[in-house]
Amino acid sequence: MIPKRINAIKFEVLSPHEIRRMSVGKIITPETYDDDGFPIEAGLMDPKLGVIDPGLRCKTCGGKAGECPGHFGHIELVAPVIHVGYAKLIAKILNAVCRECGRILLKDEKRDKFIDEIENRKRLGQDFEDIVKEVFRITKAVKKCPHCGEEQIEIKFEKPTFYYEGEHRLTPKDVRERLEKIPNDDILAFGMDYRAVRPEWMVLTVFPVPPVTVRPSIILESGQRSEDDLTHKLVDIIRINQRFLENKEAGAPQLILEDLWELLQYHVTTYLDNEVSGIPPARHRSGRPLKTLAQRLKGKEGRFRGSLSGKRVNFSARTVISPDPNLSINEVGVPQVIAEELTVPLFVTEKNIDIAREFILRTEHPKANYVIREDGKRIRVLDANREEIAEMLEPGWIVERQLMDGDVVLFNRQPSLHRMSIMAHYVRVLPYKTFRLNPAVCPPYNADFDGDEMNLHVPQSLEAQAEAKILMSVQEHILSPRFGGPIIGGIHDHISGLYLLTRGVKKFTKEEVMSILKPLNIEELPEPKEDGYWTGKQIFSCILPDITIEFKAEICQGCEECKKENCEYDAYVVIRNGELISGTIDEKAVGAFKGIIIDEITRKYGNEETKRFIDNMTQLAIRAIMNAGFSFGIDDEDIPEEAINQIREVIANAEKEVEKLINAYKESNLEPMPGRSLEETLEMRIMRELGRARDQAGKIAGRFLGMDNSAVIMAVSGARGSMLNLTQMAACIGQQSVRGERIKRGYTYTNRTLSHFKPGDLGAKARGFVKSSYKEGLSPIEYFFHAMGGREGLVDTAVRTSQSGYLQRRLINALQDLKVEYDGTVREQTSGMLVQFRYGEDGIDAMKSFRGKAVDVKRIVAEVLNKE
Amino acid sequence: MKYDSLLNKYPLPKTLKEEIKQELEKLNVNKTAAKKIIERCYEMYLKNLMEPGEAAGIIAAQSMGEPGTQMTMRTFHYAGVAEIDVTLGLPRLIEILDVRKNPSTPMMTIRLTEEYAKDREKAREIANKIEATYILDIADVATDIRHMRIVINLDEKALERKQIKVEDVKKKIEKGLKTEVVEEDGKLIIQISEPSFKKLMDTFDKLKNIVLVGIKEIRRVIVRKENDEYVLYTEGSNLKKIMRVKGIDFARTTTNNIYEIYEVLGIEAARNAIIKEAISTLEEQGLEVDARHIMLVADVMTADGELKQIGRHGVAGEKHSILARAAFEMTVNNLLDAAIKGDVDLLRGITENIIVGQPIKLGTGDVELIARLGGRR
Repeated sequence: MIPKRINAIKFEVLSPHEIRRMSVGKIITPETYDDDGFPIEAGLMDPKLGVIDPGLRCKTCGGKAGECPGHFGHIELVAPVIHVGYAKLIAKILNAVCRECGRILLKDEKRDKFIDEIENRKRLGQDFEDIVKEVFRITKAVKKCPHCGEEQIEIKFEKPTFYYEGEHRLTPKDVRERLEKIPNDDILAFGMDYRAVRPEWMVLTVFPVPPVTVRPSIILESGQRSEDDLTHKLVDIIRINQRFLENKEAGAPQLILEDLWELLQYHVTTYLDNEVSGIPPARHRSGRPLKTLAQRLKGKEGRFRGSLSGKRVNFSARTVISPDPNLSINEVGVPQVIAEELTVPLFVTEKNIDIAREFILRTEHPKANYVIREDGKRIRVLDANREEIAEMLEPGWIVERQLMDGDVVLFNRQPSLHRMSIMAHYVRVLPYKTFRLNPAVCPPYNADFDGDEMNLHVPQSLEAQAEAKILMSVQEHILSPRFGGPIIGGIHDHISGLYLLTRGVKKFTKEEVMSILKPLNIEELPEPKEDGYWTGKQIFSCILPDITIEFKAEICQGCEECKKENCEYDAYVVIRNGELISGTIDEKAVGAFKGIIIDEITRKYGNEETKRFIDNMTQLAIRAIMNAGFSFGIDDEDIPEEAINQIREVIANAEKEVEKLINAYKESNLEPMPGRSLEETLEMRIMRELGRARDQAGKIAGRFLGMDNSAVIMAVSGARGSMLNLTQMAACIGQQSVRGERIKRGYTYTNRTLSHFKPGDLGAKARGFVKSSYKEGLSPIEYFFHAMGGREGLVDTAVRTSQSGYLQRRLINALQDLKVEYDGTVREQTSGMLVQFRYGEDGIDAMKSFRGKAVDVKRIVAEVLNKE
Repeated sequence: MKYDSLLNKYPLPKTLKEEIKQELEKLNVNKTAAKKIIERCYEMYLKNLMEPGEAAGIIAAQSMGEPGTQMTMRTFHYAGVAEIDVTLGLPRLIEILDVRKNPSTPMMTIRLTEEYAKDREKAREIANKIEATYILDIADVATDIRHMRIVINLDEKALERKQIKVEDVKKKIEKGLKTEVVEEDGKLIIQISEPSFKKLMDTFDKLKNIVLVGIKEIRRVIVRKENDEYVLYTEGSNLKKIMRVKGIDFARTTTNNIYEIYEVLGIEAARNAIIKEAISTLEEQGLEVDARHIMLVADVMTADGELKQIGRHGVAGEKHSILARAAFEMTVNNLLDAAIKGDVDLLRGITENIIVGQPIKLGTGDVELIARLGGRR
C-alpha cells in the first residue's frame, strides 16, 4: 500500500466568515461546568466542541474521547480588536494608504511596477521583503493622496496595539474601516495576497474558540477540576465581552465603554501572546504567567521543537552503562528486566504461526507480552488467557514477544553530536541491571562508565530492522565520515596491554601463551622460537589477518635519522604478511582515532573482518595485561631524594632568574621584544622561564621514574594521561593561569594578588607559580591559585558546551536539506538550488576516502607491483 | 609524460590523476603495470564515490559541529607570528560561520614584490608607510590652558625611525583640524580661537585621532623573515587600500577578514577564504576534519552569489519552507508572515516532513521503487 502524502500546506489568515463557517456554535457563557459537573451548553466546555472525558460522546460527530478531533466554536466580539501579531503591519499599512479613499499612496504605474517586481521575485522563489520595505518607505513620506488629493496625517503606532493620528486616537473600529477600503489590487504591493488575507481580517470581529481537546482540563487528586491556561483566558474574554455588551445596550457613558474595550483588547492580546512588551503578562492566581498561544508554539519545549520535530517514543529503555570486554563491539548487554519489558512484533503468517504460538505459551523470558488482533485490539497475554489466545491465533495477528538474544536494537548516548551517536547493536540478555558494552565502542559515543546512562530503542518494523542491521551496525561505523579514519579502536588497558605484550622481546611459556589466547578462536599455535618460548609479537600476530604495513609507533622518539627495523626503542612497526616483525603495538597501531592497523584491515578486508579483529584485539589485550599484572598507586610517583633535590634546585634557579628579570625591568634595563611593551615582555619572559623550569623538573622526574613505571607506560603508549600529568603529580605543578596570563587579579588597589604579598610583587610565588607537586601537596596560597585556574577551566567547559551546541544546531538547520543526487551534484531540496556540481569537487565519500585522499594510490601501486 | 595517455582514458579528478602520475613516475613503472595500477585506481575511485541520496549536508554539519565541543574557548593565542594575537578555537569558528563584518582580530599577511621582499630596509619602508601613526607615537602633546593652545613636542628620533618630515606632520594636522599650526623652535603649536576649555579638549581629542601616516585600520605592522623573503604581518586589515600600495605583491597578500575579501575580491574568493580559515582554525586545535565537509559549508554560504551566514539571518532564515523556519527560530513571526503572504509549504525538506509525519526524502527514504508483494491483495 502506498501511503497518502500531504502535498503542500497553505498558510492564510482566517476571515470572519471562515471562523463562523467552521464554528459549531456560539459560545456565550463564561461558565464551564454546572453544579453536577456536567458541561454547560454554549459554555467553553460545550460537548459540541469535542470531549475529553472518557465515556462521553461528542455532540457534533458522535466520537468518543480520542476519536473526536474536536471542533471549533466562536465568540461574536461586541467591538473589533487588533490582532497583536499584526499590529505593526497594520500601522505600516495605515501609513501607506490614503486616510480618505483607502487607495495606496502611489500612482498606479508605480504601484504596478512594484507589484510586477514582487510577482517576478515570487516566481523565481526569491525573497521580496526589501521591495515591500521600499513601498512602505516611499508611501510613508507621501503627504498628499495621488488619487483623491486628501492631505495625509502620519499615524503613530504605540506598542502594543494603539494608533494615533496626530493627537487623535484611532479605535480598532476606525482602523478596520480604513483597512476595509483598500482595494484588492493595492494589497499586492504590500507583499500580501488578497486571496489569503484581506487587511481588515487583521482586526478581529469574530473570535475562534479552540476545541476542548486543545485545552483539556485535568482532574486533580482532590477531585477538583483544573482548567487549562487557554480556557482561563477565554473565560476572561467572554466575561468582558458580555459586560461590554450589557453596558453598551444599557447606554453606559462613553468613558466606561472605552475602558471595557481596552480591557477586551488586553485579554485578546494576552490570549494570543502573553509576552508582548509594553503590557503586563496575564497571570494565574498563583502569580505564574499564563502560557498562551504563542508560548505554546515557541522555544525548545514548544510545539514545533518539542512536540513536532522531536517526539517521545515507546519501545525504549534507559539505564546506566558498564563495560564488558567479553561482548563483541556490535553487541549490547541488556538486563533481563528490560528485556522482559521491551517487545519485538512478530507478524504471524502461515509459516511462523507455530513459533508465534510457542511464544504465547511460554511462561518465562522470551515469551509474548501482548498479541494484537487483526482489528487492532491489543490483548495482554496472562496466565489465565494464554492457552485461549494460542488457540485463537491466526495469520494476520501480531505477537509482541520479549526482546531476546540476536534482536537488533538502536543504542544511543546524548548529546547525539554525530551519526555514530546512534548505532545498531545485537542484543545479549544478561543478568544485573546495567547496559553492557565493549569499551572499544566508547569513543564514538564519547561514553565512559562514571555513571553515564544510555538509551535503547527497539525497531518495530521489518524495514526498520533491516535498515538498522545494514546501515547502522557498529561495524559500518568503524571509519568516521569526519576524517576517513577509524573512530572505534582500543582504549586504555587495550593499549597498555598490547604495549606490555609486544614491547621488546618478551618470552612466554606454552602455558602462558595458552592462557592468553584462551578466549580467542585460535586453533594452531605458531612455531616457538629456538629456545622453545613464544614472543609477545608472535602472540599478537595470531590475531592479525594477512596484511603488510610499516609505520612509526606512538612511542617514536623522532630521531633525526630513522633506523627503521633496528630502532633501539622498538618504535618502528613492521608487519609482513600478517606477522609482527618488529615494533611495539600502541595507540598509533590500534587506538581509536589513530589505529593504523585497524584502518588497513578495513580497507583490505572490510568491516566484518575489522570487527573480528577489534573483538580479538580487546580480549587479547585484556588477557595480556592480566598476565603481566598492571597497577598504579601513589607510590608510583615516588622519586628518590636525589631527584627531589635536583628539582628543587631547578626551581630555585628559575625563581632567581625571575627575580633578575624583575630587577632588570624595575631598573628599565629590560630590552622589549619587537612590537611588545615592557610589561608584556617581562610577563612573557617570566612565563617562559617558569615553563622551562617545570619542563626540566618533569624531565628529571621522568628520568628517575624509568620506563617500567606504570604511569610512564600509560603516558608513553598513549593509553591514558600524558607526561605532563605525571610531571604535575611527581615533580612540580607549574604556573597557574587565568586568561592565558599569570594570575594578576586580586587587590587592584594595592596591585597584589593576596594580602600575603607586598604591593606590586611580581615574583613567581605571588603570581600563581605552584612549585609543589600534587603528591607533595600544595601550600594554602598555592591551593588558592590552583583553584583560580581550575575555576576558569570549569567555566570554560560550561560556556563551550552551550556555544558549540548552538553552533551545531545552526549548522544542521542550514545544511539538513542538502542531498547528493543521482547525477553526483549536491542540491538543496526545498528550493532546488544547486550547491555543488560534484560533491566535494571529486565526488568522494569522506568516510571511504583514505584520510582525505580519494584513493590510496600508494597501496594500489605496492599491491600491483608485489604481485608481478 | 608517458603515463598521460593512459590516465586520460579514465574520468578521474585532476588531483587524483596528478597523484597517480607522481607515484608512477617516482617508481618508473612499466606500461603494463601502470595500466593495471590505473585500472585498479579507477575501480577504487568508483567504489569510493558518494552514494546518491546521501545526506551530505547533515554529515558535513555534524563533522564540523562535533569537534566544536572539543575546542578551547581561549580567545587569544599566538599563531605563526608570536607578536600578533589572533582569535582561535571555537570563537573563531563561530565568527567565520557568522560572517561577522568586523571580526575581533583582523590580520593581514602582506607579501612584497621581488624588489622589496629581499631587502629588510625596503620592507621596513613599506611597513612604515602603511602602519597608522598618530601624533602620540611621534611626539609629546601637552595642553596649555593658560594660553589656550596645544603644544606638540616632536620626538626627533621617532620621526627619523618612521621617516616622517616635520612639514608633513604640520600639513596633516592642519588638514585634519582645519586650523593653522605654527612652528616654534622645533615645537608645533595649535592656538585655539575661542577661550573655551571644552573646545580645547575637543581639539586635543581630535588631534589624537588624526592618522599622520599610514592606513587607519592597520594598527601595527611586524616585519618577519620567512624563508628568504620579508613578509609583513599586520594587526588590523584594509585590503582595498593595501592593494594600492606600491611594492606589495597583491596576488600573495591576504587578510583573515572574510567579509572584506568578499567585498573586494568577490564571492569565489570569499568561498576559498572560508575554507582556508575554517581548515586552519580546526587544524590549529589538532582536529581532523575532511576538507569536503568544509567545502560544502562554504558552498552553501556562497551558493547564490551572496555571502550568507549560517543561522537565522542567512541560510537557515532563507529556507523556502515555513515549517522548517518556524522550527528553527522565531516560530510565531514566521507563521504570521506566512499567513499574510499566503505562502505555501511544499513539504520538500526534512523538518517539514518530520513535522507532518511523513518519510523524508533522504537516503533510503528517497527511493521511489515500490515492490509489489505476492500473496493476498
